[in-house]
Amino acid sequence: MKTVKTMVAGLVAIGMAAGSALAENANKIVVDGSTTVGPIAKAFAEYYMGSHANVNITVSESGSGNGAKSLLNAACDVATMSRPMKNSEKKAAQDAGILPIETIVAMDGLSAVVHPSNPLANLTIEQIRDIYTGKIKNWKELGGPDQLIVVISRDTNSGTYESFETLVMNKEKMGEKVEYVGSNGAIRQRVMSTPAAIGYVGLAFVDGVKSLTVNGVEATPATVTSKKYPIARPLYMYTNGRPKPGTPLQEFITLYATPDGKKIIEDTGFVPVN
Amino acid sequence: MSRPGRELPSLLLSHTARRRQRLTAALGTGFLLTVTSLSALAVFFIFYFIARDAWPFFRLEGAREFFTSMRWYPSAGSAEFGARAILVGSGLVTLGAIVVAVPLGVTAAVCLSDVLPFSVRQVVKPVIEILAAIPSVAYGFFALVVLAPLLQQSGGPILGLMVWIIGAPLAALAILVVVDLATDKLSDRSRSRVRVLAFGVLSAVAVAALAVAGKAASGLVISSGTNALNVSLILGIMALPTVVSVSEDALQAVGRDLREGSYALGATRAETLLRTVIPAASSGILAAVILGVMRAVGETMVVWMASGNAAQIPHPWYNLLEPVRTLTATIAGDMGEADHVTGSARYHVLFAMALCLLVFSFACNTSSEWIIRRARKKAGG
Repeated sequence: MKTVKTMVAGLVAIGMAAGSALAENANKIVVDGSTTVGPIAKAFAEYYMGSHANVNITVSESGSGNGAKSLLNAACDVATMSRPMKNSEKKAAQDAGILPIETIVAMDGLSAVVHPSNPLANLTIEQIRDIYTGKIKNWKELGGPDQLIVVISRDTNSGTYESFETLVMNKEKMGEKVEYVGSNGAIRQRVMSTPAAIGYVGLAFVDGVKSLTVNGVEATPATVTSKKYPIARPLYMYTNGRPKPGTPLQEFITLYATPDGKKIIEDTGFVPVN
Repeated sequence: MSRPGRELPSLLLSHTARRRQRLTAALGTGFLLTVTSLSALAVFFIFYFIARDAWPFFRLEGAREFFTSMRWYPSAGSAEFGARAILVGSGLVTLGAIVVAVPLGVTAAVCLSDVLPFSVRQVVKPVIEILAAIPSVAYGFFALVVLAPLLQQSGGPILGLMVWIIGAPLAALAILVVVDLATDKLSDRSRSRVRVLAFGVLSAVAVAALAVAGKAASGLVISSGTNALNVSLILGIMALPTVVSVSEDALQAVGRDLREGSYALGATRAETLLRTVIPAASSGILAAVILGVMRAVGETMVVWMASGNAAQIPHPWYNLLEPVRTLTATIAGDMGEADHVTGSARYHVLFAMALCLLVFSFACNTSSEWIIRRARKKAGG
């Protein structure tokens, strides 16, 4: 009986060792989580594998919650999340013997944009919400010209939509007249050519359109980083413990602070942090 | 069992050779049969797999919300899957495309087959068929970047102009026919005078009506250029080559004998066309229209780029100036996020939509098949 117990304990120990070895295999990094952070992780992975041919990085996008779950189950090395880890998740991690370490890799800020001819300069976040729910239908109601507002949103598929829904909509649903387009560039194109339009885009996509101040704050990388601008949030990567210096995992997780990493973050439409 | 070979034993192959021959023949036939039935099998497989993935949606959410509700919020915390507005949107742009493509396409086909000289036809028909070779993303880009801003800036005047362009020939044709029919029974002497008078009065009425309609249309403001009208125009143009090509073939198939018979009875070219050729080719033209409809209803890229994708039924329902959302665009747009991980109803609802499209195409195809067969029977009997 005793021997059986010892054997089982031994097997469990071996299994755990094998499991952690799998997750900590130095040349394989598994990334899972947010669809918003996904593009950054993918671009990082491509960049890193370009210079380190022996390292294999896989990036999945199953949502922030699933990313956290994966990290807890040691199914991934990096959990990408567009929200901080909840206390319940941290507690579950502690119980599972995992120490989640948070890294803010970038800031996600969305500009509310209108046609350059629109006289409006500022909207409150409540006004933007009312426009998107359909409560405010005409620019006249906001002190603008007597024109029906053409409301343009990203498709429900995108991380940008998800950010906007979280940061602006406050659980309210978008009105039935909202138009959906497939990319940041397409929103800019529509707003540029439509005098009565309003849309929202990542900070890198405001050329040719007028970016409104929200609650009186201008959308700039500085105000986004300082969290003064209201439609902004940090984006996270979580690891189990602090990765050892010199390992690919450590290099991958600190890529955001390098000049190339910052360039990649800007290219994917987000704001780098310092 | 008697074979011709029995009487000529010298020509009989040996037992093994005959078996080998039979085997290879069976193999060859089997191979050809497999290859031929592959495409049919593909259709069955597509039907099967789409239905298999659509079924869980109806089991999870029921069919009622899908067909009756207009609230489409697949990604919300409390997801709603009302597809009625989307079904109506698909129908609306298809209807719009028919309105654009059918009169234009059938007229062009008649012109190509019976009016234009052969040399001109040889040039024009391939040019129209080039329309079918343009990739749909190029059409979509045009709709989004050129047509949408144009409709926003000067949509009213364009609509006013369209009222005249479409209305004037239609009115002229209608007046000619009405006057002709109305004065048919009059005596020869009074007929020409009454005709001139009636023609003048009706023309004045028509011009006045067109002026009013045109002015009303010019006053319209199109707030969003990515709307059902934009997509209907583009889809109509995309369906045009199908409609022209198939109905022109149908008109050509009518044959010389019918035409010459009609001319021999003293009919003019217009009478021959309207009373003989077009009725004889009507089933083929109908088939062309159905094929055009299928082209329009299945198109994805253009509607995704230029229809606005707002899940609403316009007010009133035929208001083409409002953005709509179609089945195809919804499937294309929502597919990326909707995997098993993020919620299975959201994934399976897209298959339910695909199933709707498939059933519609199947119905269209079957009915066009049936129409053609019936017409053949009628022509034969």
